[in-house]
Amino acid sequence: MTTAPDRPWALLAELTHACPLHCGYCSNPLELTRRSRELDTDQWAEVMRQAGELGVVHTHLSGGEPLLRRDLAAIVTAAEHAGIYTQLVTSGVGLDRARLSELTGAGLRSVQLSVQHADPDASDRIGGRRSFADKERAAALVREAGLPLGLNVVLHRENLDAVDAVVELGLAWGVDRIELANAQFYGWGLLNRAALLPTRDQLARARDAVGRWRERLAQDGPELVWVVPDYFDGEAKPCMGGWGAVSLTVTPDGTVLPCPAAASLPDLDPPNVRDHPLDWIWDHSKAFTRYRGTDWMPDPCHSCSRRDQDFGGCRCQAHALTGDPTRPDPACHLSPDHHLIQALTEEDAAAPKGRPTPIRRRTPLRPKTAGQRL
Amino acid sequence: MSVAAVADWRPGPAPAVVLRHDRARGTDLLLLPERVVVLKGAAGTILGLCDGTRTVGDIVSELADRFPGAPVAGDVPAFLDRLRTEGWLR
Repeated sequence: MTTAPDRPWALLAELTHACPLHCGYCSNPLELTRRSRELDTDQWAEVMRQAGELGVVHTHLSGGEPLLRRDLAAIVTAAEHAGIYTQLVTSGVGLDRARLSELTGAGLRSVQLSVQHADPDASDRIGGRRSFADKERAAALVREAGLPLGLNVVLHRENLDAVDAVVELGLAWGVDRIELANAQFYGWGLLNRAALLPTRDQLARARDAVGRWRERLAQDGPELVWVVPDYFDGEAKPCMGGWGAVSLTVTPDGTVLPCPAAASLPDLDPPNVRDHPLDWIWDHSKAFTRYRGTDWMPDPCHSCSRRDQDFGGCRCQAHALTGDPTRPDPACHLSPDHHLIQALTEEDAAAPKGRPTPIRRRTPLRPKTAGQRL
Repeated sequence: MSVAAVADWRPGPAPAVVLRHDRARGTDLLLLPERVVVLKGAAGTILGLCDGTRTVGDIVSELADRFPGAPVAGDVPAFLDRLRTEGWLR
């Protein structure tokens, strides 16, 4: 590659893996980072400075639960100084008026709040902790502060039938955006796939419901975002907008990845901000160049007319399902491995009973990861 | 859009909308939650004048001075109105 790659637009900052919730589909890796290994305030401030220089204009301050970082306001300030627009991605637990005021004073621009279900008891059950009341309060505080508010709901077998109620909840809470994100099966989600995977009928009903809401809310309602369930559509998703093309993830210990799930891939030798500047990592590290562009693609991707739309799909999914991250994403009906996904979704339709209950994501405060103990 | 509706308007960015210059790409941007709008041509210059104190008329005359001969009187109010419809200006 002789020309420099396009600059990244966005940074997902996983400030901590600690979290009061224990959702069985958590996007954090199975191998959670302990608090003692987290970057400190100055190191995060330096990440923001370098990210701004590199071209990043948006950051999602995420976790775990970012509010567990006592220095969150200082990190917001650093991002703001670097010209980066900040969005807090939170469970809402721990967001009181004083904390929100501290954050908005530091320059926080917007908030994305998770909810696990529209029904309080179901939401608490899925999150593994009483938290719905905290979320409701957090939503009201964000509205009161005049910040844009998005609601994020991960959809799976246990809540897909409640899509109408979820949208109504978003309307009642006065949100600007509702993200209906069908569960993705990596890490914890993969571990819990049998419990999370919906039926085809459930999905079809939910999709119809979203279509009806889109019509009703088209004029002045909140934006409705539907994150596709790629196991069912026969099409690969344009994962991350392409490998190392749009955004980067910095994990709590400073590891830099093209996506939050990529730590599971073999041979990436993930770089760390403690060892390398961010621009070198983006331009030259193996982790970011390995699957960038289209040269790495095998057929049928390399000769496919869709290769610049779906970028060959998701490397983590190819690895998770075939053991080989260079293969076409099995979600695509043109993939020689598509039968692997078809078998999972058909099996599901044939035997919907006797599902295991999801395994709770554990906090990283314990000496070993939950994945190893299970 | 009626000219009367625009005459008293002092456009400014909507809350949560940030106008900034992007040095890494050499362009002006509007930043919103989950969205970046890349501003082409003189769009960034025009929006830079939308500070909530200048009227549309002020903005047009200032641009007319800066860019003699440009069709600012017709184009600029229409452009600003379009951004108001998007919810980026108010």
